[in-house]
Parts: sequence; C-alpha cells; structure tokens
Amino acid sequence: MQPRTTPEVGGMGHSMKRKEDPRFIRGKGNYVDDIVLPGMLWMDIVRSPFAHAKIKSINTEKALKVPGVLAVITGETLAKYNLHWMPTLMSDTQMVLPTEKVMYQAQEVAAVIATSRYAAADGVDAVEVDYEPLPVVVDPFKALEPNAPVLRTDKKDKKDNRIFHWEAGDRAGTEKAFAEAEVTVKQDLYIPRIHVASIETCGCIADFDRVNGKLTVYMTTQAPHAIRTVFALVAGHVGLSEERIRIVSPDIGGGFGGKVPVYPGYVIAVAASVVIGKPVKWIEDRMENLQADSFARDYHITAELAAKKDGTITALRMKTLADHGYTDAAANPSKFPAGLFSICTGSYDVKKAFVEVDGVYTNKPPGGIAYRCSFRVTEAVHAIERVTDVLAQQLKMDPAELRMKNFIPKEKFPYKSALGWEYDSGDYPAALRLAMDKIGYHALRKEQAEKRARGELMGIGISSFTEILGAGPSKQFDILGIKMFDSCELRIHPTGKAIARFGTKSQGQGHETTYAQIIAEELGIPASAVQVEEGDTDTAPYGLGTYASRSTPVAGAAGALAARKIREKAKKIAAHLLEASEEDLVWETGKFSVKGAPSRSKTIQEIAFAAYTNHPPGMEAGLEAVNYYDPPNLTFPFGSYICVVDIDRGTGMVKIRRFVAVDDCGNIINPMIVDGQIHGGLTMGMAPALLEEISYDENGNIQGGSFMDYLLPTAVESPSWETYKTVTPSPHHPLGAKGVGESATVGAPPAIANAVVDALAHLGVKHVDIPITPEKVWRILKEKGVAE
Amino acid sequence: MATHDIRVTVNGTAYDAQVESRLLLVHLLRDQLRLTGTHIGCDTTHCGACTVLLDGQPVKSCTVLAVQADGRQISTVEGLEKDGKLHPLQEGFWEKHGLQCGYCTPGMLMTTCALLTRSKNPSEAEIREAISGNLCRCTGYNNIVKAVQFAAERLGKEA
Ligand code: FES
Ligand code: FES
Repeated sequence: MQPRTTPEVGGMGHSMKRKEDPRFIRGKGNYVDDIVLPGMLWMDIVRSPFAHAKIKSINTEKALKVPGVLAVITGETLAKYNLHWMPTLMSDTQMVLPTEKVMYQAQEVAAVIATSRYAAADGVDAVEVDYEPLPVVVDPFKALEPNAPVLRTDKKDKKDNRIFHWEAGDRAGTEKAFAEAEVTVKQDLYIPRIHVASIETCGCIADFDRVNGKLTVYMTTQAPHAIRTVFALVAGHVGLSEERIRIVSPDIGGGFGGKVPVYPGYVIAVAASVVIGKPVKWIEDRMENLQADSFARDYHITAELAAKKDGTITALRMKTLADHGYTDAAANPSKFPAGLFSICTGSYDVKKAFVEVDGVYTNKPPGGIAYRCSFRVTEAVHAIERVTDVLAQQLKMDPAELRMKNFIPKEKFPYKSALGWEYDSGDYPAALRLAMDKIGYHALRKEQAEKRARGELMGIGISSFTEILGAGPSKQFDILGIKMFDSCELRIHPTGKAIARFGTKSQGQGHETTYAQIIAEELGIPASAVQVEEGDTDTAPYGLGTYASRSTPVAGAAGALAARKIREKAKKIAAHLLEASEEDLVWETGKFSVKGAPSRSKTIQEIAFAAYTNHPPGMEAGLEAVNYYDPPNLTFPFGSYICVVDIDRGTGMVKIRRFVAVDDCGNIINPMIVDGQIHGGLTMGMAPALLEEISYDENGNIQGGSFMDYLLPTAVESPSWETYKTVTPSPHHPLGAKGVGESATVGAPPAIANAVVDALAHLGVKHVDIPITPEKVWRILKEKGVAE
Repeated sequence: MATHDIRVTVNGTAYDAQVESRLLLVHLLRDQLRLTGTHIGCDTTHCGACTVLLDGQPVKSCTVLAVQADGRQISTVEGLEKDGKLHPLQEGFWEKHGLQCGYCTPGMLMTTCALLTRSKNPSEAEIREAISGNLCRCTGYNNIVKAVQFAAERLGKEA
C-alpha cells in the first residue's frame, strides 16, 4: 500500500522511527523497579517448597528480629480484613495468602516487609513454616479418576476436580460425517505448559496515602483500568473506592499475556501499604516469576479429521483436557472458558465440526494465560496444522497441495465457520503461493529426495494459520461483565499539536508511534507532533488494555474514529472561516478547501487555532473528542509459513536452515514495526517448538523453574527470519487493519514441528510432541536405527 | 554484616560508597548511584540485562560484587552518549528497530559496544555469538544484528 501522507506527516504505511526509543537507548526508561518513593519499604515473599501441604504453623519470631524487618504478613493477617482470598477473572477463587493449606510449589505463604531489598530477603529466610505434606495430583487425567483426592476442599460441594466442560459445534452431524468418511486420522498432541518469561519480571509499588485515602499503585500491568475496577470490587469493604485508586503502568519490559493477571504479590503489597501507611515495593525474581506466575497452554488434545480419498476434509473433531492448576485463573473473556479455541477449523472449509474442552484442577500454579497469543489460538492452530499434515501423510499427498485443496476460497468471505465465527476477509492461496515461491518449494522437495537417498535428514514444514483477534464485540466479549471496548481521548491544542490518550498499554509494541501515525493519517497533524499517553488511570480513558493483539483492532480504531469526530467539528470551523457552506468543503490530508477553489483553504493547524480564538458563534470552544470503540466483529489475520530444517543424526539437533513467513494483517500502520513484531513472534514460536517446557515430577516439583533449565532462544538458535506480506484489508475496521503482534507465535510452532516430522516421515514417524528437543529426536533416531 | 569503603569510577565520574560485602554491583549502580539504565532480568547469570563494562570488558553486574569493582572503571548505558551525540550503536538500534520493550537494550548496547572494540567488522555469526549471553524476548534478534552492522559501518566511516 502506498502511503497517502508525506514522510513529514508520517501517516499509515511509513516506517517511522519509534518515538519511544530515545529514552530506551539512553537507559532512561522508567520501569517499575526504577521508581523509588520517599520512605519506601521492601517486600519479599516466603514460598512453599511443597506442591500440596497443610500449614501447621508459621513462626515469625526470628524473622522479626532480623535487622530492618518491620512486619511479616500471613494469611491470618489478611483474613482479619477478609482479603486472604480473591476472585479470579474466570469467577473462580484464588488464595492471596493461605490460612490452611498450600496448593502448588512456590505458592505465596507469607510476606516480609523491611527497610531494604536485602533485609526483606533475610527476613524470608528466617520465617519458619511447619508443613504436613498431602497427596499430590499432578497428572490431569488422574485428577479426573474417581478415587483422586478432591483438591478444592475450600469449596463446600465440590466432589471432583473438574472445573468446566465446554463444547461447540454439531456433535451428531460430526459423528455422522466421521462414520461415513472414506479416510479418518486421529492424533494425540500435548501442547506443554510454558511461560512467557518477559525479560522484566512482575512487580509493583503500592502507595497508600493515609491523609487523602488515596491508593496509587505503580505496577507491571497490561490492563491498568480493569485492575483498578477489580481492586475497587475486591477491596471495597476495607474502604478502597474507585475514585481514590490510581493505577500507573510505567514502561513495561515485555508482557505477552503474563502481565494481565492480578498476582497475590500485588494484593499483599497493597494490603501492606494500607496497614503500614508507607509505600511498599515488591519485585519478584526470575525464579518466582517462572515458578508462580501464570503459565500458558497445558492442553492435551486429541485431534481428528475425516476426509475423502481426494483429500477434501469433511469434518473435524477435537477433545481436550486443559490443566488449569489449582484454580481457574485463566485470562479469557468471561463467556469463553476455553478462550477462542473454536478457531480450530483453521483456514479450511470444514463443513462439520465439534470440539469439547474439560478444565481440571491439579497441584500446579494457576494460569491459562496467553503466551503472546489471543486466548488459546496457538493450541487450536497447532492441532489443526499438525493433524492436517498427518492426513497428508496418510493420503501420501503433498501438504501444500492438501492445504490448497481445502482452503476457504477467497470469494466465500465473509465466511461463517462450522464452529460459529464469521471470518472477515482472507486470501489463503495467495499467501501460501507467495511463501512457496520465496522459499523455492519445489526445488527444496527435490533436494530433500536427493538427501534422503544419501541418508541425510532434511524436512520442509508448512503452516497456513488463521488468527482471531481484536476482542471484542460487546455482545459476546466481557471480562467480569466489563465489555471489551477500547478508547481514545484526543485533544488538539491551539497550535495544532495533539495529545492522544488510550485505554491500552504498550509493552514494547510501539503504541507511542503507531497511534500517533493513525492520528496523522486521519488529521494530517504530523505524527511527531502527536503525544501519545497510556497507562495512568487518572488521565487515560477507560479501556480493557493490551493483550490478544487487540490494540490496533480496537483502540487503534477508537483513535481513528476520535480523529474523524474532530474532523467533523473542524469542518464546521473551516466553513465559518472560509465563509463557505460545509457541503462545499473537501478534505485532503491536513486541510479543508472550497470545491473548485483550492486556494481557499484552511489547514488543520489554522482550524485548531480558531477553535480556541475564533470559533463560530453558538459552538463550544475547543477541539477534543472521545471514542469508545465497540468492534462489530473480530479480525482474522492469516499467513503461511514454511520452514526448512536439517537434523543432525549424531546429536538429534534440529537446525532451522530457513524460515519464510508470509503474513497478512490487513492494512499496515508502520511496516518496520510490523516486521519487528513478526520477528519477535517467530522467535517466541520457535521457543516452545524446540526449547521451552515447564514440567513437574510426581511430587509436583517444578522442572524448569529458572533460566538454568527453562531455555529461552538466544541469537544463536534463532535463524534470520525472512518476512513477506500480502494485504487483505479488514472490511469492518475503520483503517482496514487487523492486528499482528501474535500471528507469528501462533503460526510458527506447527511449521517447525511439521518440518521435523517431514524429515523423519520416511522412517515411519507421524508425530513428535513439542518441544522437539535433541534428546527426543535422538531417541527416535536410535529407535529407527539411524542415529550416528 | 561487614561493610567496606570502595571507590568506583562510573562513566568517568568517581563515586565513594560504603557497601556490604554481599552487595551486588548491579544494586550499587541501580539503588545507590541511581543509574537505573542497567536492568535485572534473572538470578542465574543468563539474561545479560545487567551487562556493563568493567575496565572495558563486558560483565554481568548481577554476578559481580560491588567490592570487586573497587578502584575500577565501569561503563554503563548512561555513558554511551557523548556531548549530546548518540553512540553509533544507539543510532543503530533506533534506526534499525533493534528494540521493542527496551528492557534488554542497555545490556545489548554494552555487549555490542565491547564487540565493536575488538572486532571492527563482525560477521552476522560473530554478532549472534557475541550477544548469545543477552536474552531478548521481543525482537527475535534480526534487527539487533542489523543495528550492530549499522554501527560498525558508521564507526568504520568515522575512523
Ligand atoms: S540479571 Fe540476568 S544476567 Fe544479570
Ligand atoms: S526489546 Fe524487549 S527484551 Fe529485548
């Protein structure tokens, strides 16, 4: 798309350098741990070594004698204020601090408040807790067996460990299609528990001002407004009232979904500040972050396809067991206990589908948040893209050909999926064709055949994914009843510069730049003259925050529509200044002119000045607008990725030789930023495909609770990503944009897994669960007798 | 807890400090000297967010005791810009979109600053190897590589 504005204006389509960078490259960012308040105290947390245990006693005597330690807060302390439990976003309940038992290893048990970071840590070491271990439930399948210990003994009538059963689609019709199918395939897949591990961990400073009764919390949150309301609802009974709560989300060092939940640490810090009357800082360390913060994924899926012999897919069925840990603290829209998992028919025209998900409790930390993805979309995409390859293998068909055969054709959009979504727009064959061209697909297949003949292992993997973003339309989407709109408040100053505030919160996505570009596009005010602010609930308009790639689809639209409101008023002012009628004015970027007399014109800057100095009689002064955008539908970005891997027969090591990513996210605001989002997403897609997993032993001990064992990709494992675009605008978004932050995380894992299976397919391998570690591959090679 | 009087020179300025034996250099910089550009991202010496130069060598300041820095020269991200002029690496990261959330950036800048001192024209593989002790969760490293190449070229022209 050719930009419509000049580079000086910097509207959509310009790779404008980021406005936020000057502070970051100088080390002048303002992250939560950089903030120091006068009189500030430190908090550190005592955590459970057991996955399930009764707390017999907590002895704080020695801790209180440690120099610098002022207080130790336990569940009993919080129980006095009825703050020891809190609700989760999924209307379950979660302990802030326990009074009876702990439910997972690393659970918060007590908090030490001290005058320094080090003293607080000393205090934690000195707290003595006496535990009585209880039987541990680790395996979610066993959790549902009739003799399994019931974990949530706090819930009076809970008789088992099932949290929910959810289903969508046509069960009977799907069963019939399977019964009548010429070919069926079935694949079990495990999408392991992983952790977003943003490089900045979570933390906060809670500052309760006793005189004014005002609570200010600086915290690592992706959704400051929602947090404010949750605090008001949860702690209203102890006197916190929403107009006297201010949540400030400063610079955030990566979020990816991990900074959506309300963690117990935040609540304890608030309680401590209220009780002590001083600011209290809590910054978790990396081990706490990996061991106790919300996990992602942990889906055990059985995926099935029914098809004709020619490869036409006729039906899809998926059954999933979702391990939620000890409480359902997933960050999903309230009506979607399994998120948007029902996008699992993917890019294909599947006529009949049925999907069911059961959530269970185990002795693991809670979560079920996204890992840079929109509510369980990665799980869905991995399942459909993997089982599609299983079908191709069964039919001895090329996986690209099978996909081409089943893609939803371009002319069928808007397309109603068998599981109820209305896909807005797409051109799937174009994206796959481009990816095949760019990587040289047919030449690679030839190379593979030659290598196979020589005994070398090389694989080519495809993933043609469809994403579902921009939650969401208020008729379906809410969090605890709050509709998932988002907002922009735009003010144009007399000198023609602007400030735009949004209900979202960037964690690296570059909103200060892209939002300014949207305003520039709509009003012709240079993006460099548009100040963007988010994250302070005292100043920004209410919004649901940044996650699930919703900022551009929802808040970005709000920005465009607020600007269009401004343009409406500007037109009236221009008509007044030009002594023309409104109907005779035409808008071209940055100015109104009189039809047929282009020299008679007023720039937006002149109009802005007039709005404060010479506005028409009977009109209110000023030039401001607010928009709360309720999207009519979600957006459905898509893409096709192709990955080439080489496997070392000696070590089982998988090397990504090339990776071509073709993305279609509709119209693009800043191509440079979009590419950056895709590079990062691809790397976070490669991570669980090859490296990352958090697992537990039979006693519920976490394996992978530090960066020693939990392996993030470094620059050495990451290939040089090759990115391309097709552009299919969203028909319902004011800018035709769709959102992009997570597409690559969603699309990459199956491309990699499919490539590995493809490399081993001639040995009879049909599936390998992610993460595909060298050990896993080596064992397969050994079993097949080809290890070197 | 024993304390020690130390003198460290940070970005050319000498500071006297009284520190506990166990105080980490990163905490001296951040909490005592209030140079918060140097970040903390882990507790096992893996992430490199805390990278500074100690007598010109990149070190992870979370794994150096403040007392070990006594009498030595430290460079942090705050010292890269000279007389209002950005370091070519800072230019490169900005120009090539080598950062997103910015949390890993100071460590990346210091590590690559040391790289460009020892290798004027590093290959892509060399750059990737050099930053393999610095984790970035946002960028996927593509543009960090480009940023360093940009800076190498700039420095080559300036020399
Ligand atoms: S803080 Fe992670 S290496 Fe120093
Ligand atoms: S830019 Fe966010 S960790 Fe590197």
